Amino acid sequence: MSTSVQQEREQRGRWLALGTGVGVLCVWEAMSRLALVAPAILPPPTAIARALYLALMEGDLLTHLGITLGRLATGVALGGTAGLLTGLAMGWSRRVRGFADPFVSVVHPVPKLALLPLLMVFFGLGEAPKVLVIAATSFFPMVLNAMAGVRQISPVHFDVARSHGASRRQMLRRVVIPGSLPTVLTGVRLATNVALVTTVAVEMIAAQRGLGSQLWLSWQIMRVDLLFATVALIALLGVLANRGMRRLARRAAPWLSERELTI
Amino acid sequence: MLAASWRSPRLDAAPPEIPLAAVACEGVGCDYPAPGGVLAALTDINLRASGFEFVSIVGPSGCGKSTLLRILAGLQEPTVGRVETTGVRNNGKALGGLVFQEHGTFPWMNVRDNLAFGLEMRRVPVAERHAQARAFAERLGLAGFLNHYPHQLSVGMRQRVQLGRAFLSDAPVLLMDEPFGSLDAQTRWAMQEELLRIWGGNRKLVLFVTHDLDEAVLLSDRVLVMSGRPGTIVEEFVVPIERPRELQRNYREIREVSIQLWQQLRRDVRLGLGMQP
Repeated sequence: MSTSVQQEREQRGRWLALGTGVGVLCVWEAMSRLALVAPAILPPPTAIARALYLALMEGDLLTHLGITLGRLATGVALGGTAGLLTGLAMGWSRRVRGFADPFVSVVHPVPKLALLPLLMVFFGLGEAPKVLVIAATSFFPMVLNAMAGVRQISPVHFDVARSHGASRRQMLRRVVIPGSLPTVLTGVRLATNVALVTTVAVEMIAAQRGLGSQLWLSWQIMRVDLLFATVALIALLGVLANRGMRRLARRAAPWLSERELTI
Repeated sequence: MLAASWRSPRLDAAPPEIPLAAVACEGVGCDYPAPGGVLAALTDINLRASGFEFVSIVGPSGCGKSTLLRILAGLQEPTVGRVETTGVRNNGKALGGLVFQEHGTFPWMNVRDNLAFGLEMRRVPVAERHAQARAFAERLGLAGFLNHYPHQLSVGMRQRVQLGRAFLSDAPVLLMDEPFGSLDAQTRWAMQEELLRIWGGNRKLVLFVTHDLDEAVLLSDRVLVMSGRPGTIVEEFVVPIERPRELQRNYREIREVSIQLWQQLRRDVRLGLGMQP
């Protein structure tokens, strides 16, 4: 089958998805307007959009969004960097892998959110325990992907570099890092996505500000329109983050074909 | 047998500063750990090559040809025996004369960086190594592809990049492990001619492992025949065909020698395949 036919099929699928989405929204709007469902429980999409607009423009949802983004970015930067370095080292050196693997295996299955109370005991009620939990969630996808990334590099590439007398530093810069990059990029995406989940969860439990706390507040005051609006904003955040990462990946690894770019 | 036994008109074109290249093995053997004991891959290998010789190594599948090359390259230690090389390593640092079968180019580097990899490892300044890569790319017919990545090239082009990288490394000894093994027949012929051409203008000591007997004869001054596992060198053929050689012109003579090689190899190849000798 030619690529153009395949592309056409995919494009048709996209139009169908758009149509379905719009259709669902219309039915929902009608049901709510005609009071087939209680508008207090399922407000019409237009009302949700209005609530979102008002909360962003006149309310302080934008501030909360900023706070959430800040926590997410700090957590991913800390945990992701630590995970990347640990994972590369584990992939490259058998000794490091032998040492670190037991720790990773033991801590990985623990739901990182379960560490939040403990960290609050240690670090108080400020930002530190929240950011640390987010960092911990993004650490593991990064470690595992970076390690797998180095280990799947063909031994031939190591041999070529060694046969040219590459130093350890040159090996790292020219073989280990670029060779593992495709898998590392998948790690970045996974880490960011689980970190977003954790950020919202942490904020629902233990924060006065941030999108998660707003979500919880909306529930407590039974503002379903605001609930929907905040969820929509979080979803939008996720979509934009993934788009951005894909762009970044394309720029960072220009040698990868569209199919190999799994992020 | 120290120097090449023939003289090509292009010999004088070789840069004079190239140090003497020499490779010598004495009683080299190599065992691999295997379930319930060891597997002898190589036994009692003795070989010498030096100067600007082109020496091929042929043998049945699994006879340890690649292991021998890795040992010579210093990527692997022999279990027993002595290996002495000049021009493979310098102060313990490998000089980059190894050419692999395939996937030897780095997919994350464009043609320019792949070609200049050896120079980069030797910390040649960027401008200088790019200039050298460009010049060599022109000789290889790759000048228009300097910014391409390997996946955008044909297999034959990728192998030319690998050859270029090895020749650009300035290593006086090239160790080639079936560089054309995965190419289709026509591409392989074209690449053999290309290798002869590049080598003619940039002479080095080459040790060339191959399955292809015609290829071995076309390219080499000497062909070493290895036995089945454990591999050892059982015969040496000096190829009596004048250089410069050409596949079409020298085809009959090449075939004659490769048939002799086949007679030597036939028994071990059949045994390796579980056939009656």
